[in-house]
Amino acid sequence: MTGSAAFEGDRPATGRRSVTGTVVPIAIGAVLFLAAWQLIVFVGHYPQYILPDPPTVFGRFVSAWTDGTMGPHAVVTVQEVLLGFLVGAGTGLLVGYVLARSRMANLVLSPYLVAAQSTPILALAPLLILWFGPGLLSKVVICALIVFFPVAVSTLVGLRSVDPRLLELGRSLRASPRQVLLTLEIPAALPSIMGGIRVGVTLAVVGAIIGEWAGAERGLGVLINSARGFLFDIPLMFATLMTIGLLGIFLYGLTIVVERALVGDRG
Amino acid sequence: MSPPAIRLAGVRRTFIAPDKTTLVALDGLDLEVAPNEVVAVIGPNGSGKSTLLRIAGGLLSADAGTVEIEGRPVTGPDSAVGFVFQEPRLLPWRNALVNVAYPLELAGIPVADREARAHELLRLVGLDGFAAARPHRLSGGMRQRVALARALALRPSVLLLDEPFSALDALTRERFDIELLALWEKTSTTVVVVTHSISESVLLADRVVVLSARPGRVATVIRSPLGRPRSLADLGSARLAEAAANVRAALGRPGDPDPDPATVLGPARSSP
Repeated sequence: MTGSAAFEGDRPATGRRSVTGTVVPIAIGAVLFLAAWQLIVFVGHYPQYILPDPPTVFGRFVSAWTDGTMGPHAVVTVQEVLLGFLVGAGTGLLVGYVLARSRMANLVLSPYLVAAQSTPILALAPLLILWFGPGLLSKVVICALIVFFPVAVSTLVGLRSVDPRLLELGRSLRASPRQVLLTLEIPAALPSIMGGIRVGVTLAVVGAIIGEWAGAERGLGVLINSARGFLFDIPLMFATLMTIGLLGIFLYGLTIVVERALVGDRG
Repeated sequence: MSPPAIRLAGVRRTFIAPDKTTLVALDGLDLEVAPNEVVAVIGPNGSGKSTLLRIAGGLLSADAGTVEIEGRPVTGPDSAVGFVFQEPRLLPWRNALVNVAYPLELAGIPVADREARAHELLRLVGLDGFAAARPHRLSGGMRQRVALARALALRPSVLLLDEPFSALDALTRERFDIELLALWEKTSTTVVVVTHSISESVLLADRVVVLSARPGRVATVIRSPLGRPRSLADLGSARLAEAAANVRAALGRPGDPDPDPATVLGPARSSP
């Protein structure tokens, strides 16, 4: 009886791709991007204060990090992003669960949630600064507000996506509601939830910068304003944008690592 | 004398169709299954075969009538009953071993014990080399073996199978029928299997219960002429052919083409 049925298909193992298979395309993409940037500066004869060329921006990036210009601002922004993301994703998970569970909650709360999400956070930020002060708290609130919605929606959709046949299996095995949640609903919802978290983590960075623009003493958003304003150091502005972009890429990459570990190989 | 393993008496069950009409799936259904007996239930589409099985397993309630497992009235899923569905219904995020151990996990059995038991069950269904494989890496037949092992995890005394091998090709299916009988001999359970296949019903069962078209009730019971143990050779035998002809005659005209409401409308009483 063994050996009668073999592994289905002869698909090639989709495990690790070779280093050259991953690194080389990324490197080629980066080189093309930088070459295009350089070409635009060269062809357009743009001055440094409009569009600095890549070597200038890299030089300023390195000097800003080594002379202590960037570091203190970056630390503040990273704090805001992480705290705001945790608060926003946490409430998003909770509210998503409540909405999935209760038809009534869904009916009553949905209009407010959608309205809150449709109001541009840019318009709301000055008010939130007024309420919560120019410090960390207001930025955490702004980040959390912007992260909350995609996580709540993806949790709601995910929890509702469980195969009803698996729920019937759970019932036939006399699973308690708690066991159904832990062993069927949450695992089934994970891919969807992680999708919301991916969107949320990048929005958290946006939220922090917007919050800093609306009023703050420190942070990468503040540094952009200073670089454009009284410092008039456009290469520094680009170097700051680069730092923000790298922060976003790093956080996004981190969620993908977490997602792979949690969701695993489901075929 | 011990009570029958399963007793259904005067069972009636209706469903509300999406267009708000009432479908009577089963009406006045009587069926007793003795301990250790193998009963096959066959009937035209829409005769309520799946409904019958779900009522016996406590997944659906009867609107009227008596439902008992080993003399106890059925009020919900019973730990003495193992269910095998038409599809394997494995949790795609768990490997074969942890899938088999799932009922033991829900029952609160410690990890070491349930893994030992799950290994034993995988050996029983011939999959001991595949404990770490995720379902999507297994063939359809292997997945259904895992589902069968899972159904046996809590050592049920009654095994209910809802067209368990209908997704497999004909050759694999016949082999699975024989393997199921071998498992039955090893585990001494009462088996009720719903099937669409006349030859399968005669090959597997001591008695073949033929349901009428909707509303389903027991039209005829045909005793299988085959002795035990059975083998694939029995499939070609004249005795099987004769019994199969009787079953076919009892099934009569082709039935209502509507499918069984239990599988179409789902287990809930069709709330819109």
